[in-house]
Amino acid sequence: MEITARSLWTLIHGMGFGALYLLACSGALVELYRRYSPRAANPLAPGDDNFLKVYLVAMSVLAWLTVLTGAYIIYPWYRAAAPAGAVNLAAFPQRLLLSNPATSGWHSIGMEWKEHVAWLGPISITMAAAVVIRYGRDLKNHPQLRAAVLCFTLVSFLAAGIAGFFGAMLVKNAPVEGGQRIHLMDGE
Amino acid sequence: MKKQEPSIPATSAVLPNGSGAAAILSAGIGAFMLAFFAIAADKSAFLKNLFIFYKPTGPLSGVTTSAILVWLIAWGILEGRWRSRTVALARINAVALVLLALSLLLTFPPVADLF
Repeated sequence: MEITARSLWTLIHGMGFGALYLLACSGALVELYRRYSPRAANPLAPGDDNFLKVYLVAMSVLAWLTVLTGAYIIYPWYRAAAPAGAVNLAAFPQRLLLSNPATSGWHSIGMEWKEHVAWLGPISITMAAAVVIRYGRDLKNHPQLRAAVLCFTLVSFLAAGIAGFFGAMLVKNAPVEGGQRIHLMDGE
Repeated sequence: MKKQEPSIPATSAVLPNGSGAAAILSAGIGAFMLAFFAIAADKSAFLKNLFIFYKPTGPLSGVTTSAILVWLIAWGILEGRWRSRTVALARINAVALVLLALSLLLTFPPVADLF
């Protein structure tokens, strides 16, 4: 059982950082809504407050790692130019997708949207983390701040979902492959 | 004439909302600039080349780096001005959310291609 180095990076980017970020988004939305709602039943303990701050900082780190590994490690492999006259385009995913009208949309719409919209995630969640760190429990007294942070977190979730969906479809149609082969384990 | 920022007097002991407003509005500005730079790089060959900060990644490197710089600079400026003030947040929220919604829409290629 083997995996290529480029496949491994794609997994780290998508299933590691990206999927973990998507999972964390739902938790952040629930917690931001529940904890600072004026209708919240119990007062927040300082430990609870700190937990959410750490949680949002961790989400910000995940979001930045996702877009940075995507843009600076995987994307260059994806968009590599094929040599003139190349027939086998398996090592050039962008060229492979564009070579067939049935798959070209995965690049011209999917990747073109994904490569930009994904950056709304780290911008939004970094803002949310900064506001929660600055205000903490005082957010209860700022319903408009709380509403804006919730909206940005929701858009961050949506942006990550769009990027994740197209990332998965791109991998199905034109996987980024190549590089050193890593032996995982022997089969039967 | 100096333009006044929207502000209302602080009436309670809670933290002024200016710092949060600065973070929210600058995030909206950063998100919008990302879409704006992406469209600009797509429409102009000159800008496309200008945005190539890192060749293997192409114009995406410059588009995103520039948008992030605009976001952080805007954040720093607004934070400096609003940090200890209570501002009219409803209007600022509305502007920031419109900018965020536009960025989501304008990064969608069929919409970006209309320009």
